Amino acid sequence: MTAVTELPPPAPAVPGGRPSAPANKARRSLAWLWSTPPILLLGAAFLYPLYLVVKQAIEGSPPDPTNPFKVTTSFMDTLKDPGTRTVIKNTIQMAVYSTVGCLVLGFLLALIIAFVPFPGARAVSRFIDVFLSFPSFLITVSIMFLYGRVGMVNHIASALTGGRHDTPINFIEYSPWGIWLAELIYFTPFVMRPLLTAFSQIDTGQLEVAASLGARAGRVIWQVILPEALPAVFAGGSLVLMLTMNEYGIVSFTGAKYQTLPVLIENFAKEQTNYAGACALAVINIVLSLALFAGYRVLLARMSGGRRAAVHA
Amino acid sequence: MLLYTRRAQRIAWAVFAFFFLLLFALPFGVLVLAAFTKQWNGAFPSSYTFSNITAAFHTDPLDGLETSLITALLSSVIALVVGTWSALALDAVRNRVGKTLIQTVFMLPIAVPSVVVGLALLVAFSQGPVLLNGTNTIVVMAHSILVTAYAFQQVSAAVTRLDPAYEQAAASLGARPYYTLLRVKLPLLLPALTGSLALCFALSMGELGATAMVYSADWTTLPLRIYALDDRGHQFVAAAVTAVMMTITLAVLLAVSRIRTRANYR
Repeated sequence: MTAVTELPPPAPAVPGGRPSAPANKARRSLAWLWSTPPILLLGAAFLYPLYLVVKQAIEGSPPDPTNPFKVTTSFMDTLKDPGTRTVIKNTIQMAVYSTVGCLVLGFLLALIIAFVPFPGARAVSRFIDVFLSFPSFLITVSIMFLYGRVGMVNHIASALTGGRHDTPINFIEYSPWGIWLAELIYFTPFVMRPLLTAFSQIDTGQLEVAASLGARAGRVIWQVILPEALPAVFAGGSLVLMLTMNEYGIVSFTGAKYQTLPVLIENFAKEQTNYAGACALAVINIVLSLALFAGYRVLLARMSGGRRAAVHA
Repeated sequence: MLLYTRRAQRIAWAVFAFFFLLLFALPFGVLVLAAFTKQWNGAFPSSYTFSNITAAFHTDPLDGLETSLITALLSSVIALVVGTWSALALDAVRNRVGKTLIQTVFMLPIAVPSVVVGLALLVAFSQGPVLLNGTNTIVVMAHSILVTAYAFQQVSAAVTRLDPAYEQAAASLGARPYYTLLRVKLPLLLPALTGSLALCFALSMGELGATAMVYSADWTTLPLRIYALDDRGHQFVAAAVTAVMMTITLAVLLAVSRIRTRANYR
């Protein structure tokens, strides 16, 4: 029991406070030692392969003396190709549109669940949560059954109008809007989850004070709820932006002519066995998604800075 | 409470019901309906059948089920071990730069498209000393890399929420670090561990992008089989296989969430 009396009292203010200074140094090097095995593992299984992708993208595939017809695409060739440019444009466009859609819809739905509660609201939000654990391509399959060219809604519309309007909804298979709708459905829960958490932490007294001072619902949302929820909007939005940039299942299941980078990468590598081209596209995709992410961060930081100032003024 | 008049509340609920039905409830219901459909020429299926479900359990897709289950189980256990290990190691590291570095490295697989994760493995292991192209190892590897990032994220969040008082109390009573880890920290983390195991399992069951790059003919997971069925025009069997896959995933999620510990009752 002497050990107890010998130990110094735990440092109060330091979070997770460590005992004393001399033991600290040994602890710290030990901590580094402990963190090396998982990093080495990840390095061998993922970081080194990723480095090879970047390397091959820059160098192009080595010319093969036994096969003079082998394609040796370089990074610049891929970047200059007008087809690639269209795909890059598509990828950015789809990610931005989907993210905006998810943020608007997710904010609206979370707002109603949290502040205009109805019986069963919790069960409904649980149900939407289940979508998080679904494979994304399921959404494409099911909206084709529902809103596709020969889907349920078109049949009902056709029956109601006596066959005069056969296919009033005709965009799922033939336009990017089908992909957009599927991404909207699949990624909205990713926005709702952090928003619901943030809304539950807002003091409802604040809303009542604002309302009693004569603020209408719109103003309460804009000036009280939104500033409080902005970190959650940011968290959900940045995640969705990244995920939509990188989405493969939804786009490839639609089978439309609309291609995004991940689909083209798969096509290059598996169907054309053009690894160098695929690597070049992969590098472009990674750089783009990181750049878009950074841009979004800057935009939001500026926005929240402005709002804070307005609120405190 | 945001809306004070009855009418405004009703409008808000109607808006909610509209979007919820059209975008979430109906697509889900239609998929289940399609799984039992024999013929569908009108607005609703004209005849129903169980043969899609039995076809889903027929030899060919069933192999996919076994493949998917083994892959998901292996990769989620690997992810849990590696993710927990690194989350705990990260907590012990006090250096700010080092912390950010470890975090970035472990989150990288989420920032990189899953297709690129598959491509990287293909490029690295199609030549050189380690040849894995066309084996089942490379599929499990791809899944493990992808889900480890999520396991790390979840466990790491739980570790930072952990009350250090328990650990300090144990240490002040003379418990060695490994004993504290085994008897104090890990039991307290158990809800987060089971939660992230379930998440990893579900994510791995539904993974398509990376698997499409590295799969081989004798190690084809369910999502790829569904893709192939859908492509060949067997939509209803595809829906049935999907329904079976969803049911199994949900059953596993439920079973894992039943694992309750004393930490849940705190």
